[in-house]
Amino acid sequence: MIEKETSTLTGPERLEAYEDNWQTVMGAWFPGERVVLRGKNVFAELAECTWMEYLVYAVTGRSSPKLARVIEGLWSLSTSFPDPRLWNNRVAALAGTARSTGALAISAGVAISEASVYGLRPIKGALDFLYRADAKKEQGIAIESIVKEELKARRCVSGFGRPLTDTDERVAPVLDFLKTMESDQGKFVLLAFEIEDFFKNSRYKYKLNIAALNAAVAADFGLTVDEYYHLTTLAFTAGMFPCYIDSRTQEEGQFFPLKVERIKSISNGTRKWV
Amino acid sequence: MTDQSEKKREQITTNIWREEAEADNPFAAAKSYCADFDVYGDLLGKISLIEYLWLLFKLEPPSKAQTRMLEGLAVALANPGPRDHSVRGAMNAGVGGSTRASALIAAISIGAGNLGGAREVFTAMQYWQRCGIDLESWIEIINNPPREERADVWPEMEHAPGFDPNGASCPTPVKQLLNHLAAIEQNETLVWLQTQRKTLEQHAGSPLAFSGVAAATLFALGFEPEQAEMLFLMLRLPGAAVHALEQEKMGWSRYPFFGDGLTLTDDPGPVKSDD
Repeated sequence: MIEKETSTLTGPERLEAYEDNWQTVMGAWFPGERVVLRGKNVFAELAECTWMEYLVYAVTGRSSPKLARVIEGLWSLSTSFPDPRLWNNRVAALAGTARSTGALAISAGVAISEASVYGLRPIKGALDFLYRADAKKEQGIAIESIVKEELKARRCVSGFGRPLTDTDERVAPVLDFLKTMESDQGKFVLLAFEIEDFFKNSRYKYKLNIAALNAAVAADFGLTVDEYYHLTTLAFTAGMFPCYIDSRTQEEGQFFPLKVERIKSISNGTRKWV
Repeated sequence: MTDQSEKKREQITTNIWREEAEADNPFAAAKSYCADFDVYGDLLGKISLIEYLWLLFKLEPPSKAQTRMLEGLAVALANPGPRDHSVRGAMNAGVGGSTRASALIAAISIGAGNLGGAREVFTAMQYWQRCGIDLESWIEIINNPPREERADVWPEMEHAPGFDPNGASCPTPVKQLLNHLAAIEQNETLVWLQTQRKTLEQHAGSPLAFSGVAAATLFALGFEPEQAEMLFLMLRLPGAAVHALEQEKMGWSRYPFFGDGLTLTDDPGPVKSDD
């Protein structure tokens, strides 16, 4: 281990090899001529793509109009709620009421969507769990053992249970949409519902939430955890724009103003700086 | 103002801040207290910025030595220089005429990472919490770093946190900073790091970096890893700001574009014209 790491002591030499030398298969702009993305000429070979197909190709290297349409449907139905009380949307709304710019509002909203109790961590975690659960099931381990082991290690199972409310209103419409795309009976979608069945008959009573269903669909399309994470990063933005536009166009500073008494201070003493 | 509906209103609970309202405006504070100190009636004019920073994080005043250590670290980190990844991000905002906020957002987003960034400081702080000044523990954790089984949004560390995988020997400014901070109070952690630096570097296969000195110092000062991550993000922003402003004035034509630096290895070539 030490010997292996010591070999990296050629750090500056490695940096020199990369100086003004970035080799890439991903793509490039040839000014005044053409653009290439993952080996394809954008103007000649990707001109017919929808933006979502372009995004899927950019992230995964796969040309799949069906995958792009499914992801677009999942985004529309489950990740872009225009409610400014939701934490990431509220950032966009606060930027609007404070008269910041639209791009700053959305970029900050995207940044905080990488959250733990909602957003990108559970989204990524749900797919990670489904892949791990499937691998264990393939080894002959029962769903009950898989779930209990997960609960013991993490005290939760990503994609199951939900804060604020028990039922996830997005599951039914997303399932309807997936039926139209013939994507509702894949191995991982069935696994997700098998896990929910276990929960229903256990003392936990967790229900499947949209993170598990969407992740199961991603797994059925063979997306890696990172590909899915990248493809979901912008998913919340369509819900943020209306929140920003609304608070930006109403009177400035009027979005949920707070009186001084809305601060509940734990400490009530006073002291002097010496 | 004290009817039932008013009482039920949700509140922000805080141990840091207290306010008293102006008589004519319940939405404006007449007095603001931080950790029970009257900010505008007492602290203003008495407290230095570094002392106030400490007070905000710790809710207690620092000693003179603690102030000097945090101030020394703050000076050392304030400008990582225009070759640093985070400052380069800020300058990209400047040359393109982007918003000033986006320059700092770029610096924070880049400077948040595992390589020389705030996440590296966070992870290195966790190492300090686990290993303290026990050399065997450090060698063990460097050789067998903890791995998270579950996927997270953060990439895995690819090198020993606090050390520069692209370095050669420990850079002079890193040693100067460590020596300066250790000399202030002969802090046990920093003196130990001075003494064991070469041994640790040998096992890490790379030299100590600013992130490593920052983590050791903030550990020595009793900050939590989460606090250290935040402080590291904040303390490096001044350089990003001024370099972004400078490059904004210089313009994009005087800023590297690496025009000949990129080689596309999967290129379909120009489209053949029928003309």
